[in-house]
Amino acid sequence: MARMTMIEAVRSAMDVSMGRDDNVVVFGEDVGYFGGVFRCTQGLQAKYGKTRCFDAPISESGIVGTAIGMAAYGLKPCVEIQFADYMYPAYDQITQEAARIRYRSNGDFTCPIVLRMPTGGGIFGGQTHSQSPEALFTHVCGLKVVVPSNPYDAKGLLIASIEDPDPVMFLEPKRLYNGPFDGHHDRPVIPWSKHDLGEVPEGHYTIPIGKAEVRRKGSAVTVIAYGTMVHVALAAAEETGIDAEVIDLRSLLPLDLDAIVQSVEKTGRCVVVHEATLTSGFGGEIASLVQEHCFYNLEAPVVRVAGWDTPYPHAQEWDYFPGPARVGRALVEVMEA
Amino acid sequence: MSDPDRLSLHVPEPAVRPGGQPDFSNVKIPKAGSVPRPEIDVAPEEIRDLAYSIIRVLNRDGEAVGPWAGLLSDDELLAGLKHMMTLRAFDARMVMAQRQGKTSFYMQHLGEEAVSCAFRKALNKGDMNFPTYRQAGLLIADEYPMVEMMNQIFSNESDPLRGRQLPIMYSSKEHGFFTISGNLATQYVQAVGWAMASAIKNDTKIAAAWIGDGSTAESDFHSALVFASTYKAPVILNIVNNQWAISTFQGIARGGSGTFAARGLGFGIPALRVDGNDYLAVYAVAKWAAKRARRNLGPTVIEYVTYRVGAHSTSDDPSAYRPKTESEAWPLGDPVLRLKKHLILRGAWSEERHTQAEAEIVDAVIQAQKQAEGHGTLHAGGRPSVRDIFEGVYAEMPPHIRRQRQKAGY
Repeated sequence: MARMTMIEAVRSAMDVSMGRDDNVVVFGEDVGYFGGVFRCTQGLQAKYGKTRCFDAPISESGIVGTAIGMAAYGLKPCVEIQFADYMYPAYDQITQEAARIRYRSNGDFTCPIVLRMPTGGGIFGGQTHSQSPEALFTHVCGLKVVVPSNPYDAKGLLIASIEDPDPVMFLEPKRLYNGPFDGHHDRPVIPWSKHDLGEVPEGHYTIPIGKAEVRRKGSAVTVIAYGTMVHVALAAAEETGIDAEVIDLRSLLPLDLDAIVQSVEKTGRCVVVHEATLTSGFGGEIASLVQEHCFYNLEAPVVRVAGWDTPYPHAQEWDYFPGPARVGRALVEVMEA
Repeated sequence: MSDPDRLSLHVPEPAVRPGGQPDFSNVKIPKAGSVPRPEIDVAPEEIRDLAYSIIRVLNRDGEAVGPWAGLLSDDELLAGLKHMMTLRAFDARMVMAQRQGKTSFYMQHLGEEAVSCAFRKALNKGDMNFPTYRQAGLLIADEYPMVEMMNQIFSNESDPLRGRQLPIMYSSKEHGFFTISGNLATQYVQAVGWAMASAIKNDTKIAAAWIGDGSTAESDFHSALVFASTYKAPVILNIVNNQWAISTFQGIARGGSGTFAARGLGFGIPALRVDGNDYLAVYAVAKWAAKRARRNLGPTVIEYVTYRVGAHSTSDDPSAYRPKTESEAWPLGDPVLRLKKHLILRGAWSEERHTQAEAEIVDAVIQAQKQAEGHGTLHAGGRPSVRDIFEGVYAEMPPHIRRQRQKAGY
């Protein structure tokens, strides 16, 4: 075991995968010589050579389009989109190509690609470096959507994603890269080295895509979260003293519905939290599934806490970001309902 | 009087609209045999002229002339003729089948048969095409079974794609034919990626990208040229300029660049323009580009100058936007008739044998159609299962799709 940041864990996952399988290639903007703007691919070009890890032109549709072609050939491309906010030029390639190649060719061709992309806010990135576009992927059949919340999961899930036979959108909450951020932006950052889930095996292991994890056992209310919001929810539970059960979804598509239903049947209350904007966000899907499957267990309406329905602001970041105070208020609200 | 200080927008128009006299005087046709044949390792800047000319082998008399001639034997040319005749007969039957309601949709190749039929012969087994919807000649010339194509067109119980894909959007890895999307230009950059992969693996295979004149306006076309140029990918970047993108004449996508081939020049990619209705010229230019790719010299852009004689698809009526007789005025003639004439001149063919071959080909197409119809057509007979809707979205069916399949009763 080693202590790793989420950056190191992600890098280790690619390193292990490239070492085990010559068909794994890594490319994207600034990922080659420099090692990526977040340094996730640092050292991979030196270790595996520049035909296995290289810089790409600033053309997301080109990056994803060529990755699809490489996958059709038989490679397993794991490409980096520098920020999730930059994926839109590639959206056509992702939704109408990658997601459907297996289906439309009846398995004659497949598309085992991974698109890694830093997601979410918390770094004063403004409108174009803070977005959480996961719902734009969960609405696309044929994709898998993964959002890890810690280094241990990030490595195991990324290796599983690279080994997966279908396209995986791998969203890395950038505010978690260096520590388990719980929304208290005015406090010093706690490093992953001081967190249990910063302990990461150096070798190969996988975490199955589609399995949630309970981060805090509780009986009063179920909080469903993923990515950075898992840590915010844990903080809110501690600070309100409400005995919340916090579920970390880890993958949104496929979704671990059983874990959600089991918990809500027990608690009878449910709060869904995400950074992405509220309207048509993934929380709407979860709330709908909860009422479909747990209606007769519910003691209160399902409450969603999300980013406001506005573009992500710059200076007012901490008024926008759904921090522990807002999540705490939702917990109180659902308990008092 | 117009005010000289006020701006006005330029919107290009084709030379003629319905009711007018077809006029192709703006299409400059060089003499067959007049364009030089450079070495394959030529520097792109030395052959800039080739992006503005038209490489032609067959002259008006049916002779094969010039430096691009002499590559194919009588037998190879006869096979090529039969492939083009087969594609034409296949198209005619399928257009009819669509009118009879046996399928919802069809796209024919009339006038463009030489492009895909001749190109296929310049590739090797294992190479990969990323086609658009008008390159079925790649399958016909590779002896892909017609009955399989028809099963797909009829979406019947033997449809290899299980009814999921629009008619003619074939897929055959075995025959080097990537699954057609129906989405425009996306496949162009995928072909570059496939070629990059082949180079990454130090393989010997090459890729071919396909696009129409209209779709070169898509950003994926430009992405493809950047990636192909940057990584010197072993890929042939084909542009089929058939003059019409549904109702939009090629000038709308081309803008002020002169030719589509010229787009390659800014990327430092050798760019050639070829008579797309000349089987020998298409083959010779494709072979030149394939050799370059195989020698690790990188990509080549080829513009095939041709004419879409038929409608864009069975949902289109071209008389609404171009003169009905325009195809007859097309100065590069008919690819089947030109090759036939050449073969007769060579003493390898005759009118009688041609008529007989035509009858045999139509018969073979009808036999294939009978066989395919035995497996059903879109609204009658055997069809794919409703279960097939839910299969194959992922390698392994996730629980939510399984629940939906059960809800649908399957």
